[in-house]
Amino acid sequence: MSGSSASAVLGAVDYSTKIPNNVNLVSDARVLKALEQWHPGYIDWWMTMGPEGFQASEVYLRTAVSIDPKGWAKFDYVKMPEYRWGILLAPQDENRLVNFGAHKGEKAWQDVPGEYRAMLRRLIVIQGDTEPASVEQQRFLGATAPSLYDMRNLFQVNVEEGRHLWAMVYLLHKYFGKDGREEADGLLQRRSGDADKPRMLGAFNEETPDWLSFFMFTYFTDRDGKMQLESLAQSGFDPLSRTCRFMLTEEAHHMFVGETGVGRTIERTCEAMKAAGIEDPYAIPRVRALGVIDLPTIQKKANLHYSLSLDLFGSEVSTNAANFYNAGLKGRFMETKIEDDHVLTSANYPVLKLVDGQIRSVDEPALTAINMRLRDDYSKDCQGGVNRWNTIIQKAGIKFELTLPSVAFNRHIGEFKDIHASPDGKLLTDEQWIKNRDSWLPSKADGDFIASLMKPSWEPGKYANWIAAPKVGIDHKAGDFEYVRVHGA
Amino acid sequence: MTAQPAQGEFRKQHLIDPEICIRCNTCEATCPVNAITHDANNYVVDVEKCNFCLDCIAPCPTGSIDNWRVIKEAYSLEEQLSWTELPKQEELGDAAIDTVQAVDDDVVRMLDGAHAGAGGKLVPPASASKPAVNLYRRDKMAVATVQGNFRITAPGTESDIHHIVLGFGEQVFPVLEGQSIGIVPPGTRSDGKPHDIRLYSIASARDGEKRNANNVSLTIKRVKDGIGSNYMCDLKVGEKVEVTGPFGATFLMPNDANANIVMICTGTGSAPFRAFTERRRRAMANAPGRMIMFFGARTPQELPYFGPLQKVPRTLLESHLVFSRIPGADKEYVQDRIRTESKTIAALLTDLNTHVYICGLKGMEAGVEEALADVCRKHGQDWAALKPTMRSSGRYHVETY
Repeated sequence: MSGSSASAVLGAVDYSTKIPNNVNLVSDARVLKALEQWHPGYIDWWMTMGPEGFQASEVYLRTAVSIDPKGWAKFDYVKMPEYRWGILLAPQDENRLVNFGAHKGEKAWQDVPGEYRAMLRRLIVIQGDTEPASVEQQRFLGATAPSLYDMRNLFQVNVEEGRHLWAMVYLLHKYFGKDGREEADGLLQRRSGDADKPRMLGAFNEETPDWLSFFMFTYFTDRDGKMQLESLAQSGFDPLSRTCRFMLTEEAHHMFVGETGVGRTIERTCEAMKAAGIEDPYAIPRVRALGVIDLPTIQKKANLHYSLSLDLFGSEVSTNAANFYNAGLKGRFMETKIEDDHVLTSANYPVLKLVDGQIRSVDEPALTAINMRLRDDYSKDCQGGVNRWNTIIQKAGIKFELTLPSVAFNRHIGEFKDIHASPDGKLLTDEQWIKNRDSWLPSKADGDFIASLMKPSWEPGKYANWIAAPKVGIDHKAGDFEYVRVHGA
Repeated sequence: MTAQPAQGEFRKQHLIDPEICIRCNTCEATCPVNAITHDANNYVVDVEKCNFCLDCIAPCPTGSIDNWRVIKEAYSLEEQLSWTELPKQEELGDAAIDTVQAVDDDVVRMLDGAHAGAGGKLVPPASASKPAVNLYRRDKMAVATVQGNFRITAPGTESDIHHIVLGFGEQVFPVLEGQSIGIVPPGTRSDGKPHDIRLYSIASARDGEKRNANNVSLTIKRVKDGIGSNYMCDLKVGEKVEVTGPFGATFLMPNDANANIVMICTGTGSAPFRAFTERRRRAMANAPGRMIMFFGARTPQELPYFGPLQKVPRTLLESHLVFSRIPGADKEYVQDRIRTESKTIAALLTDLNTHVYICGLKGMEAGVEEALADVCRKHGQDWAALKPTMRSSGRYHVETY
């Protein structure tokens, strides 16, 4: 790794090559050439699978110009295909160690350890595959943006997912030779929802049909991304760690879009209900007649996206996860802040399992329960935003509380995939499930209603009726700032 | 940040807005002094640890990080952790006026952003006068009368820059050179809220555009579709304008007659330097300290105050006017001239009486700093070490937009 070059140490980004970077690409002819060959395919993918209809619009985007705190959020109007997708790694710490697993205490690896090559490549490809997938899922949303502010946020999320793809592709090209190049090409060939060449993970093949889904996706599913990136940032393979650390700073924006997007939807609903004198949150037809999304439907959307996202954590008990941990490749969330031996060979962790037809907590070896632990941390993290949403509802004086459904609800992977459970965790017969499904998950009619609200609102400072304006603008811009100059489109 | 050391009983506290924060941990991960901490509800800033370095501001995806309160008694971590919304700024009366650059969040933000290029805690020049700040705010605005408004760039050129004189009549509006005032354009934004405050540097000396006339002048460039600048540039003599301020407590001129003042600017960034020069001319025309200005524009026709500048005696001000768009001539930028004058600059930089000021568009900052670093390298000095020394002794100031 050329991490000790002056440019990488100082965090300055080299713009002399076609691919902005702080990894001294200019002195690495092999990788530079490989990336330059990959570049046209990427642009081609972006033009065909990226935001539909807005490639010529000028968007007020944030671009990283260096990785130090003051340099990486430079705002300006950019046409998305001209966005400077670059390769940016957090600064190298010469003294960094492997902090967990069997190699704990060794110096962090600057090259791929031979015995872990296949495992590492797999981890990087899975992470990399999610990045373009979400861009594909969201490509039609621009047309129904509820404001220029929201449209800008969507496109910011999209270009940064694109940059995250670059980050993973760099690692593949730099450290995995021919296999890596093939995997990098594969990342551009799979397509979200495609019957023949789907993306690797389930939630990334689902549709994002409307803006509430987009907000729920960025809140719940991108938060899985945050947890995965954070545990990869713990990796003993230092280039992966440094890449993920920088990606996390960008991922935070995606969490923001999700949490405030759902929050603003709730705020507007409560406001409209109050203005119309409706106190009963379950008076759904009356609430919908106001042109806002009723709270029970918002709960259904949350149920759906939370449960789909839980599936992304894989099986609760997993030897793969244990191997990744033991090998020092993927740690736990905030590994270095946890107080234990970081080896876990003699520790247990409680796992929710299906025992004799009951959901019970069972102690499992902590090493094999790594996925479960990460999922628990994820659920805690999710609860934080749900509390904020409930505060909005409480402040409006409406008696309704959003909750996260049981981890056994609507699952397709792991311990509960073969059973049905209600949101409060009661086991159900097939018949009971079919009967109640539409009261827990969005129905076709719910989808149709939400779709009927998805009308574009593109005048600066104006917002569609179903969503409240944000409290502060991006980059502290005034409320009527023109975040996207659509006209070029 | 604009942070002042605690003066008297008031100080400034950095707070995070719990209604907007999404608990992404970016600020906590970024903070170099571990001043930020959290529980399951909120992220909070430890007032005893925060050194106002501002590293946390840009990475925050929400804008929640950028909140400040002038306080008598700091909000504890426990209090902050229990909040569901930020407390309002306490009404502190005029007693708090001198402790900080500004009180209103939006003005603080603008000044912080403008001064960020100095790269750390800001200190006014040791011999600067004590400024009055925040006498007029949104809820209590001064009303000024337009006494003059004329274009100071040649007709037909692209940049339409105006010299505008505002009189305060009987209202008390004391200013110092280097301070700014705020203007709120009348009417509302398309979302129905009042317009944001626009900040403009004062281009006149403390005793007025005209001596003892209780007026100030501003240098304003008309920006295409700019609500504030078009409003100001279209004002007619006699019209009334609502004004807030004055603001700013660090980008001030030294009163010491021995102080050397190096001023580097482009366009309307010249406003405070016009004020500095006029102050020196009026108060200490034979000061031993030197004043040197590097002033860049595209052409002489587009350089504000080009005519009047020709008449300023060289004994008062050495001005280097440099142009980047003169047909047939090489492009020259202020940083090029700084390099050409490297011997003079290097000598000045070693002098503890020298104060450096940069004012103009954000884009000029990097180039000027590189030039200063080059000058230092060439003459056996180290800009990376010199800059913080100068800044912490109140001798290095940046105000860029």
